[in-house]
Amino acid sequence: MTRWAMVADLRRCVGCQTCTAACRHANATPPGVQWRRVLDIEQGEYPDVTRSFVPVGCQHCDDPPCLEVCPTKATRKRADGIVTIDYDVCIGCAYCAVACPYQARSKTTRPKFAYGVEMENEAKRRDDSRLGVATKCTFCVDRVDAGLAHGLKPGADWQATPACVNSCIAQALAFGDLDDPQSNVSQLIASNAHFRMHEELGTGPGFYYLWDGNAEAAE
Amino acid sequence: MKASAKGYGGYGPAPWQQTSWDARAAGNFIGGGMGGSLIVFAALSGASGRALTALMLAGLALVAAGLVCVALELGRPLRALRVLTNPRTSWMAREAWTATMLFPVGLIAATGVAVAAWIAALLALAFVYCQARLLQAAKGIPAWREPLLRPLIVTTGLAEGGGVFVLTAPLHGAATTLAVSLFVAAIVARYAVWIAYRGRLHVSVVPQTRAALDGAGRVLLFAGTFAPLALIGAAALAGPPAWPLAALGGLLAALAGAWTKLVLVTRAGFNQGFALAHLPVRGARS
Repeated sequence: MTRWAMVADLRRCVGCQTCTAACRHANATPPGVQWRRVLDIEQGEYPDVTRSFVPVGCQHCDDPPCLEVCPTKATRKRADGIVTIDYDVCIGCAYCAVACPYQARSKTTRPKFAYGVEMENEAKRRDDSRLGVATKCTFCVDRVDAGLAHGLKPGADWQATPACVNSCIAQALAFGDLDDPQSNVSQLIASNAHFRMHEELGTGPGFYYLWDGNAEAAE
Repeated sequence: MKASAKGYGGYGPAPWQQTSWDARAAGNFIGGGMGGSLIVFAALSGASGRALTALMLAGLALVAAGLVCVALELGRPLRALRVLTNPRTSWMAREAWTATMLFPVGLIAATGVAVAAWIAALLALAFVYCQARLLQAAKGIPAWREPLLRPLIVTTGLAEGGGVFVLTAPLHGAATTLAVSLFVAAIVARYAVWIAYRGRLHVSVVPQTRAALDGAGRVLLFAGTFAPLALIGAAALAGPPAWPLAALGGLLAALAGAWTKLVLVTRAGFNQGFALAHLPVRGARS
């Protein structure tokens, strides 16, 4: 079996937002819609302040709340763990958006352009099937599938790896197969302290965050 | 280091009010609860003839109005019938299926068929229950995913429908002692559930949600509970000439319920934001 998952090393992320830009370039999301976001979190008060950068997006959960609530079966979960949306089936009820604890889903009801009017590059990649329906990160499923069809290994071969991971300047993001103990993500998770977001909800996110467990324990 | 944002699941930006569903979605819960429960009260009162016809049609119209509200919120309304596709897991699909059965049965009941009125009442009750489960299945909103939201939505619906039933009593003349007693019971049950629900949310929601809920709670207590009980009691003591008092009580109970649902959806619907269980130390990787 295969279980695609993503790992974000919070010690490495510098908040450059290159992954955000790469995602928008790869998926042509409209202004205001970011399937891959990087949060900039400040904690504490001067002079004891820490700053963290946290990549977020669809967590491709084991038990996705969005899947259960979808009245049309537009949201599906593949055997490899990737949660998808069929834009031709979605009715845009946004039930999935309020069911998602990760604020991963967006709905755009009319075309939006970076400069108000449609530019040439936007016209080329315009996709009206994504209007009025829910959209979200797909783990660049088209790249994964095309890569696999050509015998490539997602997470190891860049042609088969999500755009955000490819673009990360600090190698903070990794993608791979959780069911393969030798994969990069399995190795990272096995050798680092990690957690998943809102784990208490039982969603089983496929997105792991690495952190320095020893540092917090020492305080 | 652990200075802020603890209490809502970890470190991270503050939660914010969801914007995916607005007053149109609330309209579905209001119309559905009010209309569905009106049909239940029509059956329980044993109304017949024109009274049954009027009550059934009014109940169905309210349910339909709620569904129209939510249809206006769909991004792809022309595909609306696809909502029936996944009743296996989706409470929205189950709600749609229940409505699909409720309308023909309700129309048959409106022609005066007493058995159909009872079946319609069961379907209407199921519809209200589906709405309660629908909202509670929205796991991304802490104030909604609380299990006590289910009885809250059901009892609020019953109090709303009962309120409309009592409000229109002079028109249909079917306000039996049993029906009015059930209305009173629904009002009391609604506020009892509200207290329990609000108590369960003491630490699991953000202060903005608590503030919104407390505002709605005051409306529910004074306009939705005390006032209707006092007015119904006064009307019962004064006899038939005091029907405007009972009608006012019914109106207040219905409006307070509608307001509560509107607040739940549009003001108390804060998500839980992004919460990190731990803070990283950047550059610590060896």
